[in-house]
Amino acid sequence: MSARNRELFALIPAALLVSAGFAAVFLSRDQLLGGLSGSNEISNVSLTYGAIFLGLCVVAHLFLRLTLKHADPYLFPLGALLASFGLVEIYRIDDGLARLQAQWFVIGLGLFAATILLLRDDYRKLERYRYLIAIGGILLLLLPRAFSPVNGAYLSIQIGSLSVQPAEFAKIAIVIFLASYLRDTRQLLVTAGRRVAGVTVPPLKHFGPMLVIWGASMLLLFYIRDVGSSVMFFGAFLAMIYVATDRLSFVVVGVVTFALGAYLVAGHIGHIADRIDAWQDPFNPELLNRLQGGSYQLAQGLWAQADGGVLGQGFGQAVLRISGQCATEATSTVNCSLLPAPHTDFIYAVIVNELGLVGAAGLLCVYLLFVQRGFKIAMLARDSFSKLLATGLTSVFALQVFVIVGGVTKLIPLTGVTLPFVSYGGSSVLANFVLLALLLLISDRARRDAELPA
Amino acid sequence: MNKPINRLFLVALLMFGALLVSTSWWTVLRADDLDHDTANHRELIRAQKIRRGTIFAGDGSVIARSTRDNEGVYHRDYPQGKRFGHPVGYSYASIGQSELERYRNDELTGAKNAITTTFDQLVGKAREGDDVRTSLDPRAQQLALDQIAAVGRSGAAVALDPRTGAVKVMASTPTYNPNTIADKGQLKAANNDDEHTPLVNRAVQFGAAPGSTFKVVTSTAAIDSGEFSPSSTVDGDSGQKISAVPLANDFNQDFGQVTLATALAKSVNTAFANVGEKLGKATMKRYMERFGFDAKPELDYPKDTMSASVVAPNPPGHAVSPTSRFVDVGRMAIGQGGLQATPLQMAQVAAAVANGGRLMKPHLTTRVVDRDGRTVDTISPSLQSTVMKPSTAAAVTDMMVGVVQSGTGTKAAIPGIQVAGKTGTAETEFGAKINDVWFIGFAPAENPRIAVAVTVKAVTGFGGDFAAPIARDIMQELLK
Repeated sequence: MSARNRELFALIPAALLVSAGFAAVFLSRDQLLGGLSGSNEISNVSLTYGAIFLGLCVVAHLFLRLTLKHADPYLFPLGALLASFGLVEIYRIDDGLARLQAQWFVIGLGLFAATILLLRDDYRKLERYRYLIAIGGILLLLLPRAFSPVNGAYLSIQIGSLSVQPAEFAKIAIVIFLASYLRDTRQLLVTAGRRVAGVTVPPLKHFGPMLVIWGASMLLLFYIRDVGSSVMFFGAFLAMIYVATDRLSFVVVGVVTFALGAYLVAGHIGHIADRIDAWQDPFNPELLNRLQGGSYQLAQGLWAQADGGVLGQGFGQAVLRISGQCATEATSTVNCSLLPAPHTDFIYAVIVNELGLVGAAGLLCVYLLFVQRGFKIAMLARDSFSKLLATGLTSVFALQVFVIVGGVTKLIPLTGVTLPFVSYGGSSVLANFVLLALLLLISDRARRDAELPA
Repeated sequence: MNKPINRLFLVALLMFGALLVSTSWWTVLRADDLDHDTANHRELIRAQKIRRGTIFAGDGSVIARSTRDNEGVYHRDYPQGKRFGHPVGYSYASIGQSELERYRNDELTGAKNAITTTFDQLVGKAREGDDVRTSLDPRAQQLALDQIAAVGRSGAAVALDPRTGAVKVMASTPTYNPNTIADKGQLKAANNDDEHTPLVNRAVQFGAAPGSTFKVVTSTAAIDSGEFSPSSTVDGDSGQKISAVPLANDFNQDFGQVTLATALAKSVNTAFANVGEKLGKATMKRYMERFGFDAKPELDYPKDTMSASVVAPNPPGHAVSPTSRFVDVGRMAIGQGGLQATPLQMAQVAAAVANGGRLMKPHLTTRVVDRDGRTVDTISPSLQSTVMKPSTAAAVTDMMVGVVQSGTGTKAAIPGIQVAGKTGTAETEFGAKINDVWFIGFAPAENPRIAVAVTVKAVTGFGGDFAAPIARDIMQELLK
């Protein structure tokens, strides 16, 4: 079977999930037993959002048939499956948001197609613009600083009713830059260095830019106050330098210096210290009832997961909407939810609440498969730039999942990043479609060169 | 470069494994603690969306029901208003549950059917609460409330079916309206009203001296132990020293040597104090415990809102065993000396005699029925204790019939039906002639179907004049 036929078949799970999920949510809200339709009534039209999404998947598949014949057959269906999880849960929270999310998928797929068409001949031409891309990425990161902070961090900018999170795009720009830069210097980093006490110390000329990256991460932490993005960037950087040099010492030094810097910086930033307090004792009544910087959201997330248990409460059955807190029947659940940010940062808690540990394990498996495909592409790729780019994109993706799921499950202190492909949000959807397009481009080339059957 | 990529994948594998472990930690290992955390309101919010079961009275009328608003939230209301504020209580998400609503919360919310619920959820059926059917009688309940309120500021009445233990009346005055208690301030006001304490169910909480109605317990102990018979004679002169302190009869009347039967009919304090001293503390304790004293009632009602009926002399000022050295057994035998009994306990005393000595467990609920009308649970009559021999019960019944025929309780008589009873008048403020009045009894004496206890606080008068007519009317209503 050809790669594209495999891809078509691999879309079946996403189709099933969307169909079953939309049907379950629709039925649970339609109050078949009560007869009276409740407030948050879902119109029949909203069922088509699921159909629109599936239609888009097929269109994207046909597009890939034409453009990237040899690309990895499973990556796109895995992304679609993740998006299905998200779309169903967002539909369950607020059907209006699901419509917006479906619109973002349309735009995202447009960007996906544009990326592929633009770079189809050779994506390695990105290397030529690496400094431009790096500067662009850093500007994107600094941009929110010009606007007012949200919950103590400069994460998003508000343009009209639209909220944009530039860090989502910056992560791709910086990975492209690092892949290109490390391709040039990887030999020098290892061979031109002197060995001091068993550790290779590269000459400052080559190591300097590395220090700049470290400094940028610290700056990100201090200036933008975004721990999540900071961890993601620096983690991806370490993964790439490890693959580039095969020297664990770089990683160890990196982790130690980052931890040291973070420790020094974190103490001076109020909301980071608050997050750590909340992480240590989320059920402390004093923290729980604190209006700002408390542990209310984390505790609600943990209660939601406990409520889910092994099998979950079922689609549409989690307790989210609190009557009496919603101003009117038409008020979006997002604005009067028991669990704050159920559609973005805490969507994982809602998924666990409704689908249980089983559903969570399924979701994590899909992410792991996606990551596996990503690293597989990196291994198949022939040149170092492609290898490093695939490694970086996959690492930043995996780290983003780890940062938010780890935060919501109290494995690590909570920082707000989106769950890729699942959370509601335009920036996140668009950026992840670009990331997906890049991985498919790398894989198409690698597999075409290798002429691998699968 | 592929080796480090491979290792990176292993790192990713470990990290995702850690995520799965931390998710399992909250969803499985810690789930139970978290679900029951009082700061976690999920269960309360969810309960609002479950159709809570209806509570029915014995005649099929609705005591408590839930109606759904257009947000899908159910609201509790009580069509009979104040009538069953006690003993049914209230149920609101904001203030929780009380009384029978609390005791039967699992049944009313459908939590008792956990296994079927999981299955129902899989097939998409919403969880529903079961209905609770009680033996309460609305007409007799209303009559009891009205008549107690007409006589005094506060009081209580309990009526039981002595054959089954089914509670027909559990009235406590002053009462409150469960429909308005959830309003802001109402619950607080009711809680802070120390003068009327409307939320206290006087039928089962804070017992008071039962006075001469307790002589039924003493008579039972006297006859069943074989020490006395109804025709045994005792010294009934007024002013005899009991525990070194003179004890007076009503109006300081001297009765001379009287039979036990006459002593009960005329409620001779000194005669029964002598009986109590002769029987001793150990015998009194044995019979009191058989009647249910010294333990919480076995009623289907929250244990922490029921009081045990005890003897609490001063000193030491708290409940002690009836065999304690602080107990003045002579005064305890006439319902004084720090004895504190609830109306439910005294109704059970009457019920034990009425049922041939076999005391049945009291219960408000008769059946739990699901939404499809299937009976989920039937509360079948069960024996609490065998208090006395049937012959003793027959003898005590005869003596109690004498009280109503020719003694202090003639106002409890019902035309055409033989009533057995005993009056009680417990002085609360000595000299001021302000008393707690009591009456316990049952009817028809030859084949009892109703046992009753009535008490009214702070009345200027006697039990025979004020409590007996209320008991009579309750019994008459319930025998219709």
